Amino acid sequence: MEHIRTPKVENVRLLDRSSGQRKASVGTLYLSATHTIFVENNPETRKETWVLHSMVSSVERPPTTPSGGQLILRCKDFRIFQIFIPQERDGLDVHASLARLSRPEKYSELYCLSFNPNVNKEEREESWNFIDLMADYKRMGVPNNLWVATAANGEYRVCDTYPSELFVPKSATPTIIVGSSRFRSRGRFPALSYFHQDTLAAVCRCSQPLSGFSGRCQEDEMMLQALMKSNPGSDYIYVVDTRPKLNAMANRAAGKGYENEDHYTNIKLQFIGIENIHVMRSSQQKIIDVGEMRSPSMTDFLWGLENSGWLKHIKAILDAGVFVARAVADEGVSVLVHCSDGWDRTAQACSVASILLDPYYRTIRGLMVLIERDWVSFGHKFSHRYAHLDRDPKEVSPVIDQFLECVWQLSEQFPCAFEFNERFLIAIHTHVYSCQYGTFLGNSQKERRDMRLHERTHSVWPQLWKDRGEYTNPLYKAELSQSQGVLRPNTSPYCFKMWKGLYNHAEKSTPPRQSPADFLSAVREESQQLEEELTNHQEVPPGGTAHHHHPGSRQEDRSPDGEADHLGEDRGSPEED
Amino acid sequence: MEFAEHIKTANVEDVVLRQPLQPPSRGTLCITGHHLLFSDREESDSRQVLLLLRNIDATEKSVENLTGYSGFFSNASHSERMSGSSGTITMKCKDLRVLQLDIPGMEQCLNIAHSIETLSCLDCVSEMYPFFYRPVELSLPEQWGLSSPEMHYSQMKELYEKWRLSTVNRDYSVCSSYPPAVIVPKSIDDDTLKKAAKFRQGGRFPVLCYYHKKNGMVIMRSSQPLLGANRKRCKEDELLLQAVIEGSDKGYIIDTRSRQQAQQARMTGGGFESKSFYSRWKRFHRPMERGKALQESLIKLVEACGDESNNMDRWLSKLENSKWLSHVQNALSTAGLLVECVERDGHSVLVHGSEGTDCSLLISTLAQLIMDPCCRTVEGFLGLLEREWIQAGHPFQQRCAHSAYSHARLQQESPVFLLLMDCVWQLWRQFPLALGFSEALLLRLATEVYASDYGTFLCNSDQERCALGVKERTHCLFQALLRPTQRDYYSNPLYERTELAIWPSVHPQSLQLWKGYFLRWTQQVRHLEEAQEEIRNMVIEWGKLACS
Repeated sequence: MEHIRTPKVENVRLLDRSSGQRKASVGTLYLSATHTIFVENNPETRKETWVLHSMVSSVERPPTTPSGGQLILRCKDFRIFQIFIPQERDGLDVHASLARLSRPEKYSELYCLSFNPNVNKEEREESWNFIDLMADYKRMGVPNNLWVATAANGEYRVCDTYPSELFVPKSATPTIIVGSSRFRSRGRFPALSYFHQDTLAAVCRCSQPLSGFSGRCQEDEMMLQALMKSNPGSDYIYVVDTRPKLNAMANRAAGKGYENEDHYTNIKLQFIGIENIHVMRSSQQKIIDVGEMRSPSMTDFLWGLENSGWLKHIKAILDAGVFVARAVADEGVSVLVHCSDGWDRTAQACSVASILLDPYYRTIRGLMVLIERDWVSFGHKFSHRYAHLDRDPKEVSPVIDQFLECVWQLSEQFPCAFEFNERFLIAIHTHVYSCQYGTFLGNSQKERRDMRLHERTHSVWPQLWKDRGEYTNPLYKAELSQSQGVLRPNTSPYCFKMWKGLYNHAEKSTPPRQSPADFLSAVREESQQLEEELTNHQEVPPGGTAHHHHPGSRQEDRSPDGEADHLGEDRGSPEED
Repeated sequence: MEFAEHIKTANVEDVVLRQPLQPPSRGTLCITGHHLLFSDREESDSRQVLLLLRNIDATEKSVENLTGYSGFFSNASHSERMSGSSGTITMKCKDLRVLQLDIPGMEQCLNIAHSIETLSCLDCVSEMYPFFYRPVELSLPEQWGLSSPEMHYSQMKELYEKWRLSTVNRDYSVCSSYPPAVIVPKSIDDDTLKKAAKFRQGGRFPVLCYYHKKNGMVIMRSSQPLLGANRKRCKEDELLLQAVIEGSDKGYIIDTRSRQQAQQARMTGGGFESKSFYSRWKRFHRPMERGKALQESLIKLVEACGDESNNMDRWLSKLENSKWLSHVQNALSTAGLLVECVERDGHSVLVHGSEGTDCSLLISTLAQLIMDPCCRTVEGFLGLLEREWIQAGHPFQQRCAHSAYSHARLQQESPVFLLLMDCVWQLWRQFPLALGFSEALLLRLATEVYASDYGTFLCNSDQERCALGVKERTHCLFQALLRPTQRDYYSNPLYERTELAIWPSVHPQSLQLWKGYFLRWTQQVRHLEEAQEEIRNMVIEWGKLACS
């Protein structure tokens, strides 16, 4: 609380710009240790707006105008609030407080360490067991006579950013593992991400080799040989370097780089060309700007979209996933994926490939498992990438945003293939940033263990599972051909569009929108109830309990918003002769 | 029939047909006066493709002489020279499908190509297929079309007090593109109408096209007034418009040209309603793209959709460059302005551009869909199209002679009706529960307008249709679409009528490329169709349960 100078300011006006609200509402602003809270004065509604400090990405204070000072709050979920504060003094105080509160310096300041939902110790412990990665490896048939668990990384001895439990080819001895890890950036040696039972081919991941221009390592070469041998159906493997070739080459000068095909027998090297985190950071800023344009022309919008490069990057990531999935499913060839450190682009490519390869990851629980495996357990640096603490801004980048968007783009192309809807993806996105739960805190499994997060925080997954009704796609049908087996998306440029639901809240929340999915969910719920009733009352007298009311109330009159208010801006000036 | 003279080779065996989304198949090709018929050789799973030649927008042929003879006109034995040769004909259709035929024998290939080229663009309307289409289960209708201006008027009792049905145009002498009966203010007699018609391009004097029951305001449409360089005026035209806003303080005019274009039109005898003579009318200029520019926009868009470079920047810049989505946005926002005037501001509106046969119809149709729930059912929508496009004289024959692939020199082609379908699709997507019809209906209409078994979209006006006996000698598409099985297929399972206006968002992010049409021959669209099917099944399932 020491950072809050003025806990309460009255007669504040708040404008939720991202919701398309046009007129500011008057009320009282409260600052708590965790939230900014605005309560409307209007006695009818007393509407409350809560903004978590950790969701605030920036607080700006534009120059004071005659009507008083204002603050602009930009959030990590792309909401924007404009706050007008009558007294300059108060404005300065709130600004200073928020600037500090939204940039916590220590993990202990984060919300998840004070967040205390109404559950007891056992339930909390249980919540951390909700996702069981070992069960998922078992589901995909691992361990088996090709892939075995290794204890090499127990206590994170070999690689401190890897999980302690890992699967490697049967012939990979501890010596090979340790030797290979010494030749890989951050010790991230090749390990199993996904095993495809149908073809016995596997998706593996690692970081770049420390090859420089001519370095080699016998154990690492043996490791790749072991990977190849663990797939009886193929006599080579693909090594997918997800970086642009030029970047990979530049890394050689720093003693890193990529596999030399002369040293590794039986590998085929493939570059994909996903750009680095810095390019992605600035690209996302541009697409946020596009989403914020007030009333752009179609030309402005499409230019903005093209200039941002965002969809191009999304396509590159999806293309990487498609390449891996095809190699595994169609060619039956195992793939080893890496980038530089193997925790950003590699996580993207591997998890997209899994989504394409295995229908399980297209279910609500399956996506949780997938994120837990390829992102959380394999040491994606959540706290650095999503600015949980006030650290180096150059480490921040929307890496998982892009993965979630790839899934969304796929769900647009295959409307019946995913059990979850867009809201589920957005909820995950929010919690990656919110720090309300401990799931995404820290940068590796080891860090989370050292912080004893399982004892001090809660896991987000059971909560999302509890709300799954809200996240279910009514069109999901596992039996349809589009939902089964390997997903083969079209990645032509015309298949991609801007994810309005994430970037433009205004469009989403202009009330009340018609949504066929919501309607169908209501229909489904209703028909399930009816079915139950029917089975319960097999002998209903005719006309007994027939239900004829329509589910859900549906309304569509929308007041024309900014751009649709045609006459408003014109009425004053009809053309004169 | 004179078709035989264009068909030198009617049948070819051993032809390979390649079409989107299907593996190539080998079979027999047959050319008739109106169709290309391909039947698969497989006996077990025989497939037939019947294609209206009229649907073919462009053909490209390449022949190859495998025997290596270069002397085309040498005296070597004909059969010997032809036996090893073959050719390929690529047919690009108006429904954007691209088909390819591999034909053995160069001569046969050239003959077939020649027949397709000639028969696909016959000019004579009465030789077109609708005049020959005679399905066994159907006799020609007694009444052609869903309604007539007379029937429409008689059903609109609320019009009786202030509006009348005038038959001043019964012999099409006042306006050749109007139907014989039109609705005008009661206080205006036929003589006044005749004089007003002389002051409007093509005789298209202001007539009523929509009456808003909630407040009694109307939408009128016409062509431009013929002011000319010396600012002529016409008392009768002024009287007519005055009568429209009788009892109200003012009316609005939406001119679908820019102010400058409207000014320039005076040099060629046209113009706009000047403030001094139409003092109670306030004018807005909302320039809309039309004619050749719109056709070129379509061509560019289709070209962009076929781009195979797989490059995102290139796609987005081509999409932008085509301007098609800008035209969609512009049409919807101009229609929005029209609704704003009538529904919110409570005033009557006159819409026109120059000829009053394209953009005026486009925005008055969209405005009615936005405002009037009666237009949003399958019947209501088809009725609206019949009134605002067929009867009102949109020159379909000229506008839809060719589509995006044609190499022919552009004449009067312009995809205004296709733009309408796209705009309606955007409405349908934004309000998936408010419209009674499905995307499939829009796709069907967008296809039929270019090539059809039915006579509905033939000719440029009611007068032409009567002269050629279209109403006696062809079947009507709209009637066919309303037969029970068809109607079921084209209805929206989620439909629930709402009395409220459906205001579309015209924000660029809310408008999308109409994939169902422009990418309809890609696999991706199949998945979307599957989803629609799923929605239909769910609703039917639920209906059954609710009834049990």
